[in-house]
Amino acid sequence: MAKSFKEALESGKFVVTAEVGPPKGTDIEEMLHHIDLLKDKVDGLNVTDNQSSVMRLSSISVSHIIKEKGGEPILQMTCRDRNRLALESDLISANILGINTVLCLTGDYITVGDHVEAMPVFDLDSVLLLKTVRLLESGKDLGGNELKGAARFCAGAIVTPEANPIEPQLLKFEKKIKAGAEFFQTQAIYDLDNFKKFMKYARQFNVKILAGIVLLVSSGMAKYMNANVPGIFVPKDLIDEMASAEKGKALEKGIEIAGRMIKTLKDENICDGVHIMAIGKEGKVPDILAAAGLA
Amino acid sequence: MIVADRKPFDDIKAMLEGFERVLIVGCGECVSVCMVGGEKEVEILASQLRMAAGKEGKKIELGETTLERQCDREYLELLKDKIENYDVVVSMACGAGVQFLAEMYDHKIVLPATNTRFIGVTEGEGVWTERCRACSDCVLAETGGICPVTICAKGLLNGPCGGTNDGKCEVSKEKDCAWTLIYNRLNKLGRLDSIREIFPAKKYNVQTRPGRRIHEAFKEKE
Repeated sequence: MAKSFKEALESGKFVVTAEVGPPKGTDIEEMLHHIDLLKDKVDGLNVTDNQSSVMRLSSISVSHIIKEKGGEPILQMTCRDRNRLALESDLISANILGINTVLCLTGDYITVGDHVEAMPVFDLDSVLLLKTVRLLESGKDLGGNELKGAARFCAGAIVTPEANPIEPQLLKFEKKIKAGAEFFQTQAIYDLDNFKKFMKYARQFNVKILAGIVLLVSSGMAKYMNANVPGIFVPKDLIDEMASAEKGKALEKGIEIAGRMIKTLKDENICDGVHIMAIGKEGKVPDILAAAGLA
Repeated sequence: MIVADRKPFDDIKAMLEGFERVLIVGCGECVSVCMVGGEKEVEILASQLRMAAGKEGKKIELGETTLERQCDREYLELLKDKIENYDVVVSMACGAGVQFLAEMYDHKIVLPATNTRFIGVTEGEGVWTERCRACSDCVLAETGGICPVTICAKGLLNGPCGGTNDGKCEVSKEKDCAWTLIYNRLNKLGRLDSIREIFPAKKYNVQTRPGRRIHEAFKEKE
């Protein structure tokens, strides 16, 4: 990938990002395979940070591997496991490893994961982490000290267009922009009419919005997410469409739906790009891109 | 007030293994209100210990007393003579009371009978909920009288996380999302502007442990 993620964002092209989940342990063979498969097909690869509060390889080490392989990593950083000192240190450390894009997140609560007795940190929050990135770029740290060499980042955040109630989320969205977010990746969206309403609001700000696309693998998964995942709503017609798939063909149906949604988002110029989350099915991302006419 | 839980009986019994003369000391303040360490609870613990000892054929001599409070020396002093008749003291106060008692009678073994939980309020009959984390830097003026440091599981200062749904917290559907509550109250009061600005990171140096406060009038004496 010749272009940096920031260049891709600013080029005005329809930006595509996907995700790599670091494994729990030192066997990285499968992950390396996914990186090789995806790095030249997307503009950026998110690397999750102890996703769902489950201890795994660090997002910095995996981002570094992606960079070494010629890909463009998007370093996810949560505020759950590190205080401001550690976050600042990791940010500048990432920078010297060639990692220039960071996605600032609050992080899931500790008890949803696999180390329920650990201390939840949350010294900063996602807004303050974004502000910290900008501060490090000014050559200073949160202690008010001068840095020997400033940092340089393209900084992003997330937003949940389907949240209920939406107003408190939008207030935070605006704070994130004020704090310096340049781009947003959204939580999964399925209802394009609803998403268009969100985009009408979001367009008043000078930020790039990448719609979150989570690959559906069954109608059961859609129903499960509706019942259990905050901010995700799969409309009934999509659940029915998934259920209508021939036996053993649900995954293909999910790929078809994801591809169709991406194509619509791009053709109708609804947003600036997509972030594809094919959780556990990373190998299918090229098929989704092909279905969207982007391959 | 300070809200506590009583330690499980088996834990208390295990701590007291090998002791024959035990003085149980209750506290008449917070732990009495939250029904965990007042006069009545001292009686209950004493009967439990007596029954357990009887069942196992062991000898135990129990003293029972409840002080006005255990966080003031003048009340702790009232134990002076009595305490010498016992090998061990079980304090049913909060952690502060247990420590103050242990400090004053540092030649005696002092053991806790409670787990101190939080600073809270009486929500209803037999129900107490946390309201303050004692962070030393109160933000309630900006947040509509609802504390995000306490009520938000993550203690977030700049709005809700993405885990909230239908006004509930990602940690449990039983818990309200603090930031939804804050937003709704400020909206009702027409004061949403007070949370539109970015709150700075919390200053943890103002809450360096252990806390200490001296009243202005007493500063010279110090």
